[in-house]
Amino acid sequence: MTKVGGQKDHPVPRAIFPNKVLPYLLLAPQLAITAIFFYWPASQALYQSMLREDPFGLSTQFVGLANFRHVLADPNYLHSFQVTIIFAVATAVFAMVPALYLAVMADKVVRGRGIYRTLLIWPYAVAPAIAGMLWLFLFNPSIGTIAVMLRSLGISWDPLLNGPQAMILVVAAAAWKQISYNFLFFVAGLQAIPKSLVEAASIDGAGETKRFWTIIFPLLAPTSFFLLVINTVYAFFDTFGIIHAVTGGGPGKATETLVYKVYNDGFVNLILGESAAQSVILMVIVIALTAVQFRYVERRVHYG
Amino acid sequence: MIDNRPSRRIIAHTVLLIGVFIIAFPIYYTFVASTHSLQTILRPPLPLIPGGHFLENYTTALFGGIGRIGGVGVDRLLWNSTIVAVLIAVGKIFISILSAYAVVFFRFPLRMTFFWLIFITLMLPVEVRILPTYKVMVDFGLIDTYAGLTLPLMASATATLLFRQFFMTIPGELVEAARVDGAGPWRFFKDILLPLSKTNIAALFVIQFIYGWTQYLWPLLVTNRNDMGTIVIALRKMISFADADTEWHLVMVTCILAILPPILVVVLMQRWFVRGLVETEK
Amino acid sequence: MKSRGISTGLAAAVTLLMSSTSSFAVTEISWWHAMTGANNEVVETLSKEFNESQSDYKVVPVFKGTYPETLNAGIAAFRAKQAPDIIQVFDVGTGVMMAAEGAVKPVAEVLSEGGATFDKSQYLPGIVAYYSKPDGTMLSFPYNSSSPILYYNKDIFQKAGLDVDNPPKTWPEVWEAAKKIKTSGAAPCGYTSTWLTWIHLENFAAWNNLPYGTNENGLAGLDVNLEINAPLYVKHFQEIADLAKEGVFRYGGRTSEAKQIFLAGECGILTESSGGLGDIVKSGMNYGIGQLPYEPEAEGAPQNTIPGGASLWVFGGKSDEKYKGIAAFFNFLSSPEIQARLHQVSGYLPVTLKAYEETKASGFYEKNPGRETPITQMMGKAPTENSRGVRLVNLPQVRDIENEEFEKMLAGQQTAQQALDSAVSRGNAAIKQAIGQ
Repeated sequence: MTKVGGQKDHPVPRAIFPNKVLPYLLLAPQLAITAIFFYWPASQALYQSMLREDPFGLSTQFVGLANFRHVLADPNYLHSFQVTIIFAVATAVFAMVPALYLAVMADKVVRGRGIYRTLLIWPYAVAPAIAGMLWLFLFNPSIGTIAVMLRSLGISWDPLLNGPQAMILVVAAAAWKQISYNFLFFVAGLQAIPKSLVEAASIDGAGETKRFWTIIFPLLAPTSFFLLVINTVYAFFDTFGIIHAVTGGGPGKATETLVYKVYNDGFVNLILGESAAQSVILMVIVIALTAVQFRYVERRVHYG
Repeated sequence: MIDNRPSRRIIAHTVLLIGVFIIAFPIYYTFVASTHSLQTILRPPLPLIPGGHFLENYTTALFGGIGRIGGVGVDRLLWNSTIVAVLIAVGKIFISILSAYAVVFFRFPLRMTFFWLIFITLMLPVEVRILPTYKVMVDFGLIDTYAGLTLPLMASATATLLFRQFFMTIPGELVEAARVDGAGPWRFFKDILLPLSKTNIAALFVIQFIYGWTQYLWPLLVTNRNDMGTIVIALRKMISFADADTEWHLVMVTCILAILPPILVVVLMQRWFVRGLVETEK
Repeated sequence: MKSRGISTGLAAAVTLLMSSTSSFAVTEISWWHAMTGANNEVVETLSKEFNESQSDYKVVPVFKGTYPETLNAGIAAFRAKQAPDIIQVFDVGTGVMMAAEGAVKPVAEVLSEGGATFDKSQYLPGIVAYYSKPDGTMLSFPYNSSSPILYYNKDIFQKAGLDVDNPPKTWPEVWEAAKKIKTSGAAPCGYTSTWLTWIHLENFAAWNNLPYGTNENGLAGLDVNLEINAPLYVKHFQEIADLAKEGVFRYGGRTSEAKQIFLAGECGILTESSGGLGDIVKSGMNYGIGQLPYEPEAEGAPQNTIPGGASLWVFGGKSDEKYKGIAAFFNFLSSPEIQARLHQVSGYLPVTLKAYEETKASGFYEKNPGRETPITQMMGKAPTENSRGVRLVNLPQVRDIENEEFEKMLAGQQTAQQALDSAVSRGNAAIKQAIGQ
């Protein structure tokens, strides 16, 4: 799109309501809830990251930045950085691209559109505990239905001991869980695109692929940007449950991502100070990453 | 319609069918498992087609089998789940559409600071801040209340970001025109913004309803009474991974039943997914 | 702060509400637990029976998720000064709870203060030793205990030409049988095991009377150096690694996933918790049970196995009235009838000797061969300092480290010696850090 370069700051509609008090009132409910249920606990977590204490908080010792030093000096921690990057990028790509493709296809058909939508959305509602059981039944190298099929195709499948295969498995599980989500918002985004625009291009003789890249994709950019941010955050923060159920970080440390380590060290192993330090580091990384996304990626996003 | 060529439609249907097959397979497999006997489930591999115990399993589960849930009727659990899911979805949409409205359509000091303050809340899952958050809940006396079950989960930036993204696509001319017509912020919000946002609201409602519906760890922490439990907690109570035997066939049935309300929501929300904006209806 | 005012107001309102609902002079005792499936029903039934048996106390059981989730909920509640009265904590959390002196009240104390005498000799030694201080004070009430045993598929044994009525007793015998199963084609794999850390390290140590770590495996002091790279451990794991290479042994995962492989008929022999019996019975398989194999080269083997499962801990700082109620409830739980029933219905090991003897006298074990195995394993000999259990503040973390090294070994990336050496050095470092050194 041609207009993009012309905008300097964040592109916002130019017409704005002049009002001094109203915006604060509008923000108040969300800020109140955020302050009480997020910032207060988060500040506690920040404080905790500088303590060494037993789980029950009976003996507490202020250790300054020792937890951070210890975490960052651990070669395993640096290893899980690498794992996290591979995992996050792969998960975001495999969660978004198929979802977009399916949404575009679902926008094309008339008959059965509602049924497709329903069928593609509600797997999202399967309780995670059941999903974990199903993964075992499907992919366990000895008994999994799909594992058995793979074996009969001559593929040796053993994610329990083969690191890369375990990675494929957790990426598939994490992306699968998020596809429905992305699909729904892409559908909503497509709904907002005026048909008249697409029709006009069609009359101009633009082919299907060309129409997608020149009209639909740029108009979907705000949605895609939203989903990119959400999926990055998802891959970084919301996937420990899946990793816990599917591989437990193994084999070895092949699928131990940063957030899984935070979860496992803090929630399972009860090493609170260090786990808090890790979550602070993780937050800093993702905030930086998001800032970069807003600074550079959003520039390419065309808003109306 | 743009494309009436049947070949295009066939391709689209094929792609969708493959997508449905891959994505909905776990649901199908859950259903398959719910129609087999416990013996079959316990001796994998599990067959790919439904078995002959459909009636038997479903009647057992519905009439007495879910007695494992612990003295509380399924209706109560479903009711709790519904309340929690609806409150979370509505609450989130409400607070975030307001804050996004403020951030996009008003200019005021610290605007972006506020946006980022809200935005950062995307990044700290409950598991990581359990101890301090629990303490807040106790201090406010919110244990075993619906407020305690829902308020902390509304503190998330997803919806705000989505509405911001959407509002920014609304042409400036539209706002200008509204102002020329003498519409104040409230009229503009009600008559223009809300109707335009209905697809997004519908999408968010579906997602947040399911999010609330499948919540597990948080309800577990803030409820100490069985009659405040949700259906997902009950489901987890039925599943034993190590120590004892699990009636997997009944678990699978319960899981299928627990998926029905979200399906209902998706189907009801379909109505809102109609094209709006510049184009005239239909 | 403004919120302080609101919160006290709210708290007062809530207190009012709470006191109005429980003003019948009945003392409520909250019991947070992690029991699922059939065991959840047992918890509900027991509480109900206790509540109906008297009118002073009311036990209120609340499900709080998996074991780690329950423990986290308890910790969060304790820190918010809202701790439950009783909490169920899994075996590996024992070290954490023991280190939390001041947060918990030893069960022996609760019982004696509540007017009930605590007599150690009434309890099954192997189980009680695990949940006691070195001086013998019982700290927590063993609620559900199990011990690892050997299961085998009789049909597969038959096909492989093995003795269907005599399961292998030592590890070399297991390897022989497993190889025979594989080579004869009776099943694709010979042997698999759940919980490698619990069965092949912690129980391997106790059963073969080998030290797991210094300081009596941590029972005598927090500072522990692991000793799991001693020659017999290395030999044992190298044998497993070699069998894995030939496909005779198959790895199922870190916890109980391997049970499914056995149920599917993929492997002929399984070592798994006695608590896993329920699934195996319900699957309709033609199975047999043997005791946990031992290493014949170890002196004094077989010694005794150590329990897994969970126990009930009592939080400190409660009213005397509550402690009386808890003592009454524990008395109720340890009565021979209840224990015998729990044992026979749910497959838990009985906690008291009397319950065991009554079950025996009733002829239950003749009708259910194999159900006695986990008990006799644990009772055979008086526990030594190697076999009372393993107590590390961070046992879950040490298990993670061990599992990681095993997986690298089974994938052929390192030998058993390398794996165990590495587990020892990494484990020791983690222990040092956990105890603040």
